[in-house]
Amino acid sequence: MLRKITLFFIISICFVLQTTVFQALSFANIAPNLLIIVVSSFGFMRGKKEGLFVGFFCGLLIDIFFGFYLGVYALIYMYIGYINGIFQKRFYPDDIKLPMLLIGASDIVSNFIIYFVMFLFRSRFRFWYYLSSVIIPEFVYTMVITILLYFILLKMNQGLEAYEKRRAKKFDL
Amino acid sequence: MKNFRNKKKRLPTKYVLLIMTGICVSAIFLSLTLNISGGPLNSIAGYVFVPMQKGINDAGLWLYSKSNDFKTLGEVLDENKKLQAQVDELTTKLTTTKLERYELDTYRELLALDETYADYDKVAANVIAKDSGNWFSTFTIDRGSRDGLKKGMNVIAGSGLVGIITEVGPNYAKVRSIINDTSNVSAMVANTQDNFNVSGNLMTMNQGGVITFSELKDEDDEVKVGDEVVTSFVSDQYQQGILIGYIASIEDNSNNLTKSGTITPVVDFEHIQVVLVITKLKETGEENDGAETTPEPESVTQ
Repeated sequence: MLRKITLFFIISICFVLQTTVFQALSFANIAPNLLIIVVSSFGFMRGKKEGLFVGFFCGLLIDIFFGFYLGVYALIYMYIGYINGIFQKRFYPDDIKLPMLLIGASDIVSNFIIYFVMFLFRSRFRFWYYLSSVIIPEFVYTMVITILLYFILLKMNQGLEAYEKRRAKKFDL
Repeated sequence: MKNFRNKKKRLPTKYVLLIMTGICVSAIFLSLTLNISGGPLNSIAGYVFVPMQKGINDAGLWLYSKSNDFKTLGEVLDENKKLQAQVDELTTKLTTTKLERYELDTYRELLALDETYADYDKVAANVIAKDSGNWFSTFTIDRGSRDGLKKGMNVIAGSGLVGIITEVGPNYAKVRSIINDTSNVSAMVANTQDNFNVSGNLMTMNQGGVITFSELKDEDDEVKVGDEVVTSFVSDQYQQGILIGYIASIEDNSNNLTKSGTITPVVDFEHIQVVLVITKLKETGEENDGAETTPEPESVTQ
């Protein structure tokens, strides 16, 4: 229960920050993608199922407030969460290389999908332009934010896991 | 540990993924075909997130105004001088305009054209959040169906067109701006009344702050750079005569029949804080979709 409440707060805080503060702090119209950091992190920290649900709810939020059709972002983010969950076995909290790699890849892949679905199909063919002016800058900015946000999320998750362990012991007795 | 405890009643994640995919795909199809979106979800999300976004924005605005207070006095004095000059200039202009207006009114009466240029009733709203991604240019405002807003209402800021409401929740509304890559507006050149199509474009907007237009038929080469572009009377979504921007460049298409080019919008889309919503929907004459066209009494406020 505590985990669900915490997750709800993490997602809503990140969503609100992303749509307000970070839009104001954007460089050359590019803002970082906090939600992809949350989805990806909980994917590889907690496994496929939690990644899937965190992704679904993050995507749903974007769909409700900014999406074109309900469910598009929910679908994309859900799969990103799920796929990150596959890497849970290779995840060690002390190592920052894998998290950075996964979060960066998730950001790029999600933007690729949006480009292909929403831009290429409307005959906006200048892929290199969009790559260099939207996808790469967002990737770089997101990576910078990741260094901060990832450790906050990691500590919160470790705290939650410790709490769950204590509770589980109490029930076993 | 938790997984171990209730392993029995849990579905394998593969199936959960399949079920959720099904839910998402059916949601996409529902919103594609029936044009419904969210419903109760909109209200819940609206009540939870809009107050938070509002709070953060208010804090931001407060900080912004505080930091503005530190503008040096000299700057302000300078500006004051300039503004005073502008006031004088505008006052003289106003008197001539008033005279012209009086003349125009009499002509209009003669032609019974009041309706064409009627002032629209407007509602002011604050921008509370911008699109989370970097691909599209949509934003939400802090007024919704409770304040009488409906889907399809036009949104303006200052004197120019900002966009259109694409969705309303109880306490917020989603606005798609005209610079959004998927936006299309039927527009016309104010002085020649040539109709053409204005579409938002992420690339040109990023590169030069302009949006594109196409299908301008102008055989006599009357349209020039700098001409005013307003919304057209043929548009079924936008009220007629709202300023969009000024033509920035024109080029001939390869078919030699039409022209295309770019328009500089008058609205500063980077710094929109307050917008005005025109609470009158465009009357298209199509009676079948009652949700879109409300039989509102024509408010001639002149």
